[in-house]
Amino acid sequence: MQNFFLPVFGVTALMFAVAPFVIANAPYESTMLLVQKIFYFHVPAWFVMFTAIFISGVYDAIYLFKGDRRADRIAAAAAELAVIFGLMGLVTGPLWGRKAWGVWWQWDARLTMALLLEVIFIGYLLVRKYGGPGSEKLSAAMAVFGMLNVPFVYISVNIWRTVHPRTSVVPTLGPGMFGAFWFSVCAFMLLFVLLMALRVRFEHQRAKLDDLYLAEET
Amino acid sequence: MSPIRVALLILKKDFAIEVKSLEIVSTTLFFAVSCLIVFSFAFVKEGAPVQDAAAGILWIAIAFSGTLALGRIFERERYGETLRALLLAPAPRPAIYLGKLFGMVLLMLSTEVVLVPMVALLFQAPLFSRPLLLIVLLLAGTVGFASVGTLFAAMLVRARTREIMLPILLYPVTIPVMIAGVQGTSALLQNTPDEAMATMWISIVTAFDTVFLTFCLWMFEPLMTE
Repeated sequence: MQNFFLPVFGVTALMFAVAPFVIANAPYESTMLLVQKIFYFHVPAWFVMFTAIFISGVYDAIYLFKGDRRADRIAAAAAELAVIFGLMGLVTGPLWGRKAWGVWWQWDARLTMALLLEVIFIGYLLVRKYGGPGSEKLSAAMAVFGMLNVPFVYISVNIWRTVHPRTSVVPTLGPGMFGAFWFSVCAFMLLFVLLMALRVRFEHQRAKLDDLYLAEET
Repeated sequence: MSPIRVALLILKKDFAIEVKSLEIVSTTLFFAVSCLIVFSFAFVKEGAPVQDAAAGILWIAIAFSGTLALGRIFERERYGETLRALLLAPAPRPAIYLGKLFGMVLLMLSTEVVLVPMVALLFQAPLFSRPLLLIVLLLAGTVGFASVGTLFAAMLVRARTREIMLPILLYPVTIPVMIAGVQGTSALLQNTPDEAMATMWISIVTAFDTVFLTFCLWMFEPLMTE
């Protein structure tokens, strides 16, 4: 891990240092002006959250069916990051909504789905922490169900209500905005990779320590 | 022995125990009725119920009482230390899950048989204008809720904090069922019932049931190994 950690860390730090300038120089969106800039923070956070949910669901399914404990550690790390990046999205979304819609919260399809996924993964962390012995399996099932639930929540809430800007906004961005947007996404993804690497390493070491304690006792 | 036969045997066993004491049925039912009474204070203004409240009240009462019942169905196995014996039985694990699920669905349906007329009566809701669609919607919703619930309840049997964990895990996952149930029921409660809308929600719940039931059957085995 040491080999790639430092270079990736350097690139990520550099990207985050440059990002404010890139975002400040990106052209204003014609109707929302300055408010729209939060988009460079908000959307990448969701991109990372969905990536994290996907990783968590897949690795926990591997853990459940193959019993590979390393997969469980990766899934747990991803679940924690899903909650953190989800929280970023949930904080920045209402800030924008207050200006654009005039209210902090709308029971819109995407908002509701994001909130539910956040709740599911907070549930995951709670079970893992307070579930007692064997809680890894419980939380693993929760992650798999959380992932499976995405399309159902999406469809049902979508029929129920929709006011959020469509995801088809992204391909229609102007040239200056396009670059700044993907720059932000890359920076967030790199940050995610870094945090994942740290978190997985931490879990591996904890597991190693637990094994040593167990060996000592027997 | 075929899995369905095993499932029916487990259902028969649980039914025989339940008939003797009526513990779960009576407590669940009474809890559901208490929920309705509490809701009536919130959703009845000047003698008349708030518009469209009936569908939500019905489904919340179903979900709450269902959660209570889910907490109990495996509790009995735990007290009697019989869960291990059940798991050791020379029967496929999914059949055990299926047996418990049958019991849970029957239990919830028997509560609904009392709940639906009570909601219709107390909140002046024309719930019986399209009885067949309502029955299908209730059945599909109950199966969806119970399928995920039975799996989670089984998983949580050994967890320390199971009473609080069950609703924490169950409600976010079963939200699609709740949305479909509430929206479908309120479509049926319109002055002219919106059958197309209700049918669409029924098909969404049925799809949910199919996917989640398959996954529950698939996951019960790895989850219940010690």
